[in-house]
Parts: sequence; C-alpha cells; structure tokens
Amino acid sequence: MIRELGPNDIVYLLEAARWTVALAVIAMVAGGVLGLVVAVLRIVSFKPANWIAIGYINIVQGTPLLGQLFIFFFGLPLFGIQVGAWEAAALALSINASAFFGEIWRGSLQSVSPRQWEAGAALGLSYWQRLTSVILPQAVRISIAPTVGYLMQLVKDTSLTALIGFIELTRASQILSAATFKPLQVYGLAAIAYFVICFSLSRLSEQLEKRTHAAR
Amino acid sequence: MNYNFRFNALLPYTEEIIRGIGVTLQLTCLTMAIALVIGLFVALARMSGNRALRGVARVYVEGIRNTPLLVQLFIVFFGLPSVGIRLDAYLAAIIGLSINVGAYASEILRAGIQSIRPSQIEAGRALGMTAGQTFRSVVLFPAIKAIYPALASQFVLLLLATSVVSSLGVGELFHQAVFIDSRTYRSFEAYTLITVTYLVLTLAVRALFSLVYWLVFVRRPRA
Repeated sequence: MIRELGPNDIVYLLEAARWTVALAVIAMVAGGVLGLVVAVLRIVSFKPANWIAIGYINIVQGTPLLGQLFIFFFGLPLFGIQVGAWEAAALALSINASAFFGEIWRGSLQSVSPRQWEAGAALGLSYWQRLTSVILPQAVRISIAPTVGYLMQLVKDTSLTALIGFIELTRASQILSAATFKPLQVYGLAAIAYFVICFSLSRLSEQLEKRTHAAR
Repeated sequence: MNYNFRFNALLPYTEEIIRGIGVTLQLTCLTMAIALVIGLFVALARMSGNRALRGVARVYVEGIRNTPLLVQLFIVFFGLPSVGIRLDAYLAAIIGLSINVGAYASEILRAGIQSIRPSQIEAGRALGMTAGQTFRSVVLFPAIKAIYPALASQFVLLLLATSVVSSLGVGELFHQAVFIDSRTYRSFEAYTLITVTYLVLTLAVRALFSLVYWLVFVRRPRA
C-alpha cells in the first residue's frame, strides 16, 4: 500500500530520532569510561600497558565500524550471550567511541607541558596534588572542544546501526520510504534531523573553544 | 559454547575477497582524486571575496559535515530517481562518497593554503627566485608537507567508509562478506575475516603513506 506522507510520519521520524540520541548518549557514557581507561593505559610508564592500549586503538580505528557492528551482532550469540540489534549496537559503538576518546584525552594530557610537572614539584606539591590541581584542569580545558566535536561524529555513526536492523532515525526513514515511496522527501527530513542535532553540537564545541581560549 | 568455528568454509571464496579488495581500493582512490578537486574549488570559494560564493561553499561544507554518509548515499541512490536522475549503484557510490569527502578535503586544503603567509612569498621573491620557483618551493611544497598527515588519515577514513556503500549493493569488500554469509551461513567467520582484511589494508596503506612522507619530506628536506 502506497500512501501519502503526513504529519504522523514526521512524528514517527522524531520518535525514532530519540533512539539515535539515546544510542549516542549510551556510547558517550560507556565509551567515555572505557576511553579514560585507554588514555591512562596509553600514558602510564609501564610499557606492556602502552602496547595493549596502542594495539586496541589501532585495531578499532583500523577496521570499519560496520564490521564491528556485524561481529558483535553475530558473534556474541555464539558465546551464549543473546543480543538483539540494540545491545550489539550499543556495545559496538561504545567500544568504537572508547578508542577515539582515549586518543583525544591522551593528546590533551600530553599537550600539557612537562615543565608544569616540574614546576609543581618545585613548589613541593605531591604527585596527586600536581595531577589534580595542575595538570588535569589544564588538560580538561584543552579536551572539551575536540570531545564535543567527536560527539557529533558519534551521532552520525549511529546511522550505521540501521544496517543491523536497529530502528533509529535512518532505519525508520528506510521503513517510511518503503511505505510512502517518497525517498527524497523522507531521507531529506532525516538529513535535516541529523543536521539539527550535529550542528547544535558543533556550535557548542566552537563556543566552548572560544571560552577556553579566553580563560588563558 | 558448542559452536564450531569453521573459517575454512570461507576458502572457496578467496577469489571474491580479492575482487572485493580491488573494488574497495579503486573506489577509495577514485573518490579521493575527485574529492581533492571538489575540495580545492570549495576551499578557494570559501576564501573568495564574493559573499554569495562564500555562502554557498559554507552551506555545502556544513550540510555535508553535519549529516551521516549513509543518509547522503540514500538520497543520491534512492532519492534522486524520483526527480528523474537514475544512477547505477557504483556511480551513485562514487558521487555520494566524493561529495562527502570533498567537504572534508576542502577544510584540509583551506588550512594548507592559509598556512603559507604572504610574507614568505615576498621573501622568496626578494631572494631572487622566479615566480614559478617561489610557487613550487615556498608555497606548494610546504603547504603539501603541512597537510600531508591530515590527507593521509582522511584517506584511511575513506577506505573504511567505503564499506558503507555495500548497502547500495556495490560489490566492494564488505559486500563480499554479505555475499559469503548468504552462501555459507557462517556469518561470524565471514564478517570477522573481512574486518581483519580491512585492518591489514589500513595498516599497509598507513605504512605506504609513512614511507612516501619519509622519501619526499625527510630524506631530501627542501622546505
């Protein structure tokens, strides 16, 4: 049955967009926690830990997200873990995000000059005091803009979960496009919805960047 | 766990996988070449004195960078036929990918062009270099050196992103995984093998880019 594109369909797309946002938020939180571990493993002065982190980052960033999604979707059930598209999508995106967060935060930590450590030591601060009141405040400030910038990438990446059948914005557009046979309008609407989410994030990133520069 | 992993079930499909690698590399190189041309024009448009031209270029770059590649590909492949533009999957993939990467390339090229200060060109001229020599050794060579790492990582990102065009039915590497899966029902093995193949490809491409960088910019420093 081919039918017209009506206001209900726009509501349907917006409801699906909630899943896009939910997936991005989950990947941000879980990927963020794991990414922190990756960043720490990457910079501690213990070579095997560095190698593990470097290997992890290279594997995740050297393979397509689409492949990671399919491996989790088909692979986990073989190990007796029953997953649907939703769990596989959340897991693959979180792991993918953790490698990128790890790299961003490692860069931020290392961009604080080592002289700051020395200066802290010269002032008689302990290692912990130097880390929490000298290094981290500067590193966090440096990392805010690229972190928010990456969130934009994460929102766009959630569209690939449509290909394992998770019903978010892109998959909902496919379904709606098949029902109404108005692909140009439907995918156009989806593009606008993504644009609104991502453009807000990129403006936020720009503003945070300006603010962090003003603070210096 | 009582599943027997049988990677050797994939052996009869070696030919398909090799063909897939070929199509993926072809898509990547062709797209990169077209995207660099688009990117150069868009970068120049964004720096031009004409307000309207700057505006159009900015809308293009922001529009592309804030929407997912998959949706862009769907608009080109499934959307355009409703306004009478019918493309086969391979052509739609090349067009969609090029338009996408062109926006990112324009930002990289703009940064490269802006990294050259006008005073350096004046300095080149003052040293008695001809206009051509100045352009080659003072503008072009340092600009390429400055953006080389960004372009190299864009190339790797593109190589991975081409996997998305499998959803249009283009017979590249990832599509071969879908094909082998449909023939053997060995989903996990097929997708794992293809994903590892991508890893090998990206590591090889990165090594090649590092080698070229060393040969061109390190061994014989001219800039």
